[in-house]
Amino acid sequence: MKKISSLLVILSCLFVAATFFVPLWYINLEAPQYPGGLQMYIWLSQITGTDEFTLQNVNILNHYVGMAPIHQDSFVELQIMPYVVMVLIALGIAVAIIRNRKLLAGWVGLLIVSGTVGLIDFYRWQQAFGNNLDPNAPIKIEGMTYSPPFIGVKTLLNITATSFPHLGGVAFGLALLAAIAATYLAFKKTNQNPAALPTNKLITHVL
Amino acid sequence: MKTSNKISLTLACAILAGSLALSTGCRNTESTTGAAIGSDTEAAAKVFVAPGKHDEYYSFLSGGFNGQVDVYGLPSGRLLKVIPVFSQNPENGYGYSEESKPMLNTSFGFIPWDDLHHPKLSRTNGKPDGRFLFVNGNNTPRIARIDLKTFETAEIIEIPNSAGQHCSPYPTDNTEYVVAGTRFAVPIADGGGIEDVPLDTYKDKFRASLSFIKVDQASGEMNIDFQILVPGFDFDLANGGKGPSADWMFFTSYNTEKAGTMKEIGASQNDKDYLAAINWKKAAEYAAQGKAREIPANYYHNKLDHKTHIVNSTQKKTVRVLLPEDCPGMMFLIPVPKSPHGVDVDPTGENIVVSGKLAAVIPVHSYTNMIKAIEDKAYETTINGIPVLKYESVLAGEVQKPGLGPLHTEFDAKGNAYTSMFVSSEVVKWNVKSRQVLDRIPVYYSIGHLMIPGGDTQNPDGKYLLAMNKITKDRYLPTGPELAQSAQLIDISGEKMKLLLDFPTFGEPHYAQAIKADMVSKNSTKFYRLDENEHPYATKKEADARVERKGNEVHVYMTAIRSHLAPDNIEGIKVGDEVYFHVTNLEQDWDVPHGFAVMGNQNAELLIMPGETKTLKWVPTKKGVTPFYCTDFCSALHQEMQGYARVSEKGANVPIKFWLGEPKKGI
Repeated sequence: MKKISSLLVILSCLFVAATFFVPLWYINLEAPQYPGGLQMYIWLSQITGTDEFTLQNVNILNHYVGMAPIHQDSFVELQIMPYVVMVLIALGIAVAIIRNRKLLAGWVGLLIVSGTVGLIDFYRWQQAFGNNLDPNAPIKIEGMTYSPPFIGVKTLLNITATSFPHLGGVAFGLALLAAIAATYLAFKKTNQNPAALPTNKLITHVL
Repeated sequence: MKTSNKISLTLACAILAGSLALSTGCRNTESTTGAAIGSDTEAAAKVFVAPGKHDEYYSFLSGGFNGQVDVYGLPSGRLLKVIPVFSQNPENGYGYSEESKPMLNTSFGFIPWDDLHHPKLSRTNGKPDGRFLFVNGNNTPRIARIDLKTFETAEIIEIPNSAGQHCSPYPTDNTEYVVAGTRFAVPIADGGGIEDVPLDTYKDKFRASLSFIKVDQASGEMNIDFQILVPGFDFDLANGGKGPSADWMFFTSYNTEKAGTMKEIGASQNDKDYLAAINWKKAAEYAAQGKAREIPANYYHNKLDHKTHIVNSTQKKTVRVLLPEDCPGMMFLIPVPKSPHGVDVDPTGENIVVSGKLAAVIPVHSYTNMIKAIEDKAYETTINGIPVLKYESVLAGEVQKPGLGPLHTEFDAKGNAYTSMFVSSEVVKWNVKSRQVLDRIPVYYSIGHLMIPGGDTQNPDGKYLLAMNKITKDRYLPTGPELAQSAQLIDISGEKMKLLLDFPTFGEPHYAQAIKADMVSKNSTKFYRLDENEHPYATKKEADARVERKGNEVHVYMTAIRSHLAPDNIEGIKVGDEVYFHVTNLEQDWDVPHGFAVMGNQNAELLIMPGETKTLKWVPTKKGVTPFYCTDFCSALHQEMQGYARVSEKGANVPIKFWLGEPKKGI
């Protein structure tokens, strides 16, 4: 495994680490009487809003259609995810030090699995909140459910819901790209002409 | 048929136009209609604020006999808010809720109304700072402070030894003090208070007082530092010096004749009345040196506690007084043409303009001349130990033939003054240096005060002038005998004044202030934080909502959140109980107030802002079932936000019980 792959793995770990400092995802709810919208941010370990009262205000809106109130404590994932990410970073650093291609491939697989599980979990929660409605809700509309879009824009009654990755989500995506690039370069080396070596060295130096 | 209608209409218009010209004594007929809005798209464009856009200025117009302050956006003339100050306001429960009732306490008892005259913005370094608005109550002498973070009355202080408290609340250049003076001289006893004396003893016994109220620089809190007891003239208006003259406060006075009856004639005999000039720094020094005598007094000081939102009333028992004869160099009288109204100091602090409403000229006194006359001891006479300076020795010059009935003057940033002319119903623009009249514009009708944003400070913003008129007549659609007042917005950015907008105002705006919107809007509170609510009866969680009986008092700890009140079913209340609904609004979002009202309650309603607790008292008079409900359309299920209180006979054996949804705990 080449030095460049190690460096890319470190870079990937830095991107993963960024998810501690910026939200992974955001959901924006727009309605005429909410100028500026209500923003919810999903982080590794918390859910925040435009201000500290956004969750309360979202819950007040949601209770009319019988949606369960959203509380940070309801999500055990928010307690687990920081540890998962710490383990991913630790393993990444180990791979970069040991410089073993198979371990690298395994680590990248772990990253992909973690990301996918996270997204599936996020989708499941969206569906759970949007579909499990109190049968005694004041506003009931035949056939209507209220899950925000997994990704994209969707109109729910008077509210336009927008859901997209935030900086943390983008950082995780970049981490994956860097990790895949590292793997590609690590495995590409074996099929390569030794004459190409100086070029690789050059790149390493430049990097 | 059609033609005859047309003819009679034309005739009516001609008669109307004729009476209009008569009633205003209008000379400038060309602009009567020519510059009016509607026929002038350019003027319309200048005051058009597109839907969803904000005005450039906040303006605060006094409501006069409605006891309130009306907040308008300028240049649009849109009404933004009515702030109750000295008057009870059933609309939001001000003066009705248990928390706010003490704000209207005075030594005379609870006074539900006053005549609110002059708004003045607080200043920092000679500039309006957008923190507080001070206003006076003319009838039962009081000064109030409005907090511009919340647009709520935060404090009212009563002024003892005073009556017809009109020349207030004028601030010094840095709001060290605001002043208050008597327009109605009264027999102030040596030991304090207003005496019971025969009314024909006016000349001997009646005196006036000029109060200096210290303003705390951080909190804005007011406290009477000292009062100066002066001869029994009627003190009319005041204004602080600025820049070089910042240590001085000027008051106009009339009835220096000391007529006690038929003042209309009696107070208009002397050719000259007096401008009182007081060196407030010197006065404060005298007071600090022990020249002030502490005398008994009885007045109230009511303050809003920002943590509990409860007004606390304190009764004050003494006040310090200074006598001019004991304090040389503190006070001087300067002759001015008779019966002056406004005294206004130009932005340089040098020129002191006195508008004598019965005078044919506008005198401009010079601060430099005044200081020189004091140094030279150029005294005409002394009155009660107060030196009277010679008119000519202080005068800078007079504005000749300005118009009729000059009342009040403000300034632009280019060295011009604008004086309101009550009798000739116009605004006259003149140059302060040359004292030449430059322009005049009719106003509709009989203007009192005028206002230029910052036009009373060192930093005028010479774009608009607002004329506040005393007579409305035909300006708007008729509404029976009682009409709204009228205001006109005038563009003063060019050489010629130009009428832009005509809009009705409420109560009687005696004066106004205006400030660039962002100076105030950036600090505006959106809602109160529930976690900072220290009201003793606050209920911060719906689970804590409850009802408790203490003797014949029933305390309902109620919460309100979209879209229910908790509890919404209450039993065990009896006829004659004192029921206190302590309603906490649990919302934490902007513009989600809840209202609260009870059927048959001899009281008003409450409007409770998010995070706030307010208390409505109810003494049920009839047995039966009494509904209560949210009065402010808060949500799609607002109409469902209601509940019932069961009222049983006195002595009935119905226990206190309450619930929301399913019946739950009882006591």
